[in-house]
Amino acid sequence: MSVALPPFSRLVDAHWRDVARLAHALAGPDDGPDVAQQAWAQALAAYPSLRSSRNLRSWLLTITARCATDVHRARARRPLLAEAPDRAAPCSPEPPDEQLWDGVRRLPQRQRTAVVLHYVVDLDHAAIAGALGTTPAASRRLVSDALATLRTLGVQR
Amino acid sequence: MNIDPVILAMRGYDPTVRPPVLTEGDVSYVVHDTAIGRLLLAARPEGTALACVFTPAEADVERVLARIARVTSPRVLRGGRGLDRLRRELDDYLAGQVHAFTVPVDLALATPFQRQVLTALTEVGYGARTTYGALALAVGRPSASRAVGAALGANPLCVLLPCHRVLSATGALTGYAGGLHAKARLLDLESGPCGAQSCARR
Repeated sequence: MSVALPPFSRLVDAHWRDVARLAHALAGPDDGPDVAQQAWAQALAAYPSLRSSRNLRSWLLTITARCATDVHRARARRPLLAEAPDRAAPCSPEPPDEQLWDGVRRLPQRQRTAVVLHYVVDLDHAAIAGALGTTPAASRRLVSDALATLRTLGVQR
Repeated sequence: MNIDPVILAMRGYDPTVRPPVLTEGDVSYVVHDTAIGRLLLAARPEGTALACVFTPAEADVERVLARIARVTSPRVLRGGRGLDRLRRELDDYLAGQVHAFTVPVDLALATPFQRQVLTALTEVGYGARTTYGALALAVGRPSASRAVGAALGANPLCVLLPCHRVLSATGALTGYAGGLHAKARLLDLESGPCGAQSCARR
């Protein structure tokens, strides 16, 4: 007997905002929309073969994080036309949030994924560990290492 | 308590975002407001009609969608492909511009007995009437008019499969999923200037 999965449209209604926020946070405003769209397409394709209707939100967010990682890797393989400008002394100070998200996207991939899953979309360490194929304790460490780096950026609120 | 500004900023992250555009599902649906009531229309991507049911409340929509997901496929999308023909034919029908549906139908949401009853019902043409008893006879179960009534009450393709043309033996309007008002309106529509009397042979 297969599991009773809710109509996919209900998943979209319930979670599209979080998927989009996660995609933006991980991949940036340029790639975010594509990452979210890709994640939904992959989820839709895989949906009928799911074995359980529990934790659908974690499942969607995990797919989104994976899509964001793929885009990030593809970007990293492409040579940059010019080196990123020296950010020590910007002509006009960036808005604090922009500086933060720039910092997030410069974090090592696993730290970035873990800290964003934990704080932007509120996943617990067990779910993050599932998404990254690691343990909850390791997830905790990734998040705290990421936070330590981000705090040095001096984000103000 | 002093909350870390980094954590606050991440929790409050609120970029401008848009919902995804998905078209590759197995079933598309839309909730369509019509003169006879609020109908949920569902179709396969290639246009076969799966459902046309009265859903006055949000809970009715949920119930129907859950059933569609269980019986056909959980890849159910709002909007999506395949709905245009069903919606257009229904609108034209309700406007009195067409008297028959040509959109193919899929009775996946009906039970085997319902399928029998609904198939017998297709013999009852535009503007014509029949009775529960006559339908029961037509499906070979003359004493089952109540079961026929129940089967019609759960018609997954209202209007397309014309359960509104079924009346009680006395000719009285009896129950209808969309309410008696909707049933009366459909019968009125069909007995209009080009209804049973003048155009029965078309």
